[in-house]
Amino acid sequence: MEHLVSIGVRSIFVDNMIFAYFLGMCSYLAVSKKVSTAFGLGLAVIFVLGVTIPINWLIQNYILVEGSLAWISPDFATVDLTFLQFIIFIAVIAAMVQLTEMAVEKFSPTLYSSLGIFLPLIAVNCAILGGSLFMVGRPYSLVEATVFGFGSGIGWLLAIVALAGVREKMKYSNVPAPLRGLGITFILVGLMSLGFLSFLGFSI
Amino acid sequence: MSTAVAETAEIVVKKSEPLFSKKNKKLITNPLDIDNPITVQVLGVCSALAVTTQMKPAIVMAIALTVVTASSNVLISFLRNTIPSRIRIIVQLAIVSLWVIMVDQLLKAYVYDLWKQLSVYVGLIITNCIVMGRLEAFAMGNKPGPSLLDGLGNGFGYGMILLIVGFFRELLGGGAIFGFKVFDSLGLHYQGNGLMLLPAGACFIVGIVIWVQRSLNGYRETH
Repeated sequence: MEHLVSIGVRSIFVDNMIFAYFLGMCSYLAVSKKVSTAFGLGLAVIFVLGVTIPINWLIQNYILVEGSLAWISPDFATVDLTFLQFIIFIAVIAAMVQLTEMAVEKFSPTLYSSLGIFLPLIAVNCAILGGSLFMVGRPYSLVEATVFGFGSGIGWLLAIVALAGVREKMKYSNVPAPLRGLGITFILVGLMSLGFLSFLGFSI
Repeated sequence: MSTAVAETAEIVVKKSEPLFSKKNKKLITNPLDIDNPITVQVLGVCSALAVTTQMKPAIVMAIALTVVTASSNVLISFLRNTIPSRIRIIVQLAIVSLWVIMVDQLLKAYVYDLWKQLSVYVGLIITNCIVMGRLEAFAMGNKPGPSLLDGLGNGFGYGMILLIVGFFRELLGGGAIFGFKVFDSLGLHYQGNGLMLLPAGACFIVGIVIWVQRSLNGYRETH
């Protein structure tokens, strides 16, 4: 249990998707103008990360890795399908996003209309595919992978809501004209990333 | 970012035009400056920040992305009239991942050390917004020839920013260029600046590059 808490805390603060790996920067910079929309997108990212990482873990360990097909028949024990990793992972992610979109549209039309275009865009958010690829590179069990998925999503939500809060206030400050918009946002992200560095070496 | 994308999408190229007409040349030169994928369209930022601690991975990444963007642009452009619009994202993702798998396997076979260093970021070219953005905004509505140029142009625009950021990060962070110790060879002592090697350093440099570029070309954003 302690071990799981440690993985969760690490993925939220120390290995933050945005500040340590720059994953999902495109939507991070594009959607962080208002706190409310940033929060909605963050929730959707948590959900999709938390669902796709365990599914991709199962696919990786029971279909793709060399020797993993032995559960079908011992003849397949030497088959190594890892080169198909990218295309299968992205197919799972696209399908999950489509399913989530349909489910949300059916059961909660208000949430659907408030998330709008962001839901389908999550399929091409690098944080989602990046999460799955990191999971492959680390020796996680299924439960650990799920915790890692949700933790990374929460870290992403924290980062985007924090940036949106700062950017709402930036409207009232006098920034040099060529630096306005994207330029100052990058510098802000840099400063926030320095702040998150203080979690380095932090463990439970 | 959406306005810049919409503008290029409206360029319709007539059949009789030669491949390197003035209009087509713009497809290559625009992404280098006023329509740069990273600093203006805000696409493909993740890898631009992550792989630029040194010049060498930055160059390899730029080449890989240019190849993938140009070749998927051409392929999608050939298929543009047969893809049903409802499932076009999945079709695009499938085609892009085909090219990325090929690039990934090639890098793994010939430059294994660099492939290790780039880690997940080669795979992440699939979800790199430059590729998807150009497919949506350009290749779906234009002929293969111009699409090829558009893909190359955006790849070069991306590569240019990567090289600038990589140059300053490696020079200031480690006192080297392409692994060659510049200051030591001049007989000077240089204490590497650790900040430049951190994620934060990359953000600062990209911010300053945007500042300089916009001061020069007059592009402004209200807020």
